[in-house]
Amino acid sequence: MTLIRNLALGAAITLAAAAPAQAHRMWILPSSFTLSGDEQLITVDGAISNDLFFPNHVAMSLDNVAITAPDGTVTAVEDGWTGDIRSTFDVTLDQQGTWKIGQGGATYFARWTEDGEDKRSRGSLESFEADGILAKDDVSLTKSARNAATYVTLGAPTDTVFAPTGEGLEFVPVTHPNDLYTGDEITFSFLLDGEPAAGLEVDIVKGDDRYRDTPGLLELTADEEGMITFTIEEAGRYWMATSIRGETTIAGKPGEMSNSIYVTLEVLPL
Amino acid sequence: MQAVLKLCGLGALAGTLISAANAEEMSVSVELPSLNVAEYHRPYVAIWIARPDHSVAANLAVWYQQESGPEGEGETWLKDIRQWWRRTGRELDMPVDGVSSPTRAPGEHLLFFSGNESPLADLPVGEYVLHVEASREVGGRELLKLPFNWNGEPSETVTLEGETELGTVSLTILP
Repeated sequence: MTLIRNLALGAAITLAAAAPAQAHRMWILPSSFTLSGDEQLITVDGAISNDLFFPNHVAMSLDNVAITAPDGTVTAVEDGWTGDIRSTFDVTLDQQGTWKIGQGGATYFARWTEDGEDKRSRGSLESFEADGILAKDDVSLTKSARNAATYVTLGAPTDTVFAPTGEGLEFVPVTHPNDLYTGDEITFSFLLDGEPAAGLEVDIVKGDDRYRDTPGLLELTADEEGMITFTIEEAGRYWMATSIRGETTIAGKPGEMSNSIYVTLEVLPL
Repeated sequence: MQAVLKLCGLGALAGTLISAANAEEMSVSVELPSLNVAEYHRPYVAIWIARPDHSVAANLAVWYQQESGPEGEGETWLKDIRQWWRRTGRELDMPVDGVSSPTRAPGEHLLFFSGNESPLADLPVGEYVLHVEASREVGGRELLKLPFNWNGEPSETVTLEGETELGTVSLTILP
């Protein structure tokens, strides 16, 4: 499975679709996905764990959590709490429509040698520049972008929060994620730098895996339009994961990139 | 009705757009069972008419707590009338005149809808399914579907027995 794509970082590269890691899953779980009434409050958990949706590894950082309202307003977490294995915060839904709660961003890693010794650093392109790391002759860079998200709807669903930016790997639903029902055909699409992510491998796993013996993985591959189509027979909460990795050029240096998306979904009984 | 009668002259449209002007009344009986449970709350109930493709042709009634109570704003739980919420509830600006009303006690509730008044006056001739969905706080949810033909002719009574949240539910088109 190879993809030829033009990365936002500038170079035409070959991407190999990578199966999402089976462990250390990052997730954002809202107390409700579908709500009615004038204004509602939800509480949201975030963690990186092995089991879905049970915190048992590390808490998700509340830095870089963006709460996007139906009108496009973006706010950060104001009153969150982060424990060892789980973070929690409340969100007041004061607008009718679909909200996005996402956590994401890119981390950069640099490798180079100094006096015959392997050196590594983690940071941003700015920090590498400031530290003189970008000036090293043999430096190689890795960009790791990870985005976890979930969607919550008060009243009737809207689609403003799905507008693609054209950068990186993006989830653009065709079937609204708060309109998923057992037995109904569900269609989602994915974009890579604004183009259909043809051939992208997407995994969907039902929550509560603690209570079954099999992983129960639904493995899908996006078609030429970057679309996956499937049906779910069992109501519940699901975790969808997809990631790509490949070689690229970062800041004029040879490098690698990886980009992952994790989405928490709820499927209701018809 | 004027517009509808005029349309009857257009042969191609007749049969799809004409309303069943002869039918005078739809009678719906909904029984809410008495339940011997530790914590009982009256169910939220929605009654609506759907086309065979599940699209909603008419909302007939929604019984829910319209005031704020100890559990908060009553509309908070409207989404638990799950199928109704998906098909039409979430698109409505509640309360809806003539549709919204308070929750009802266990027992049989008889409802009449006139064929000469909204919403049935605007209902084109065709096959429909009456939906009755009940959802109870700390309880269950049940949905019954009663198919009927709306063509101006009286009908046999269609009756279904609920198993959990609904008792006997019946529908009759009266002459």
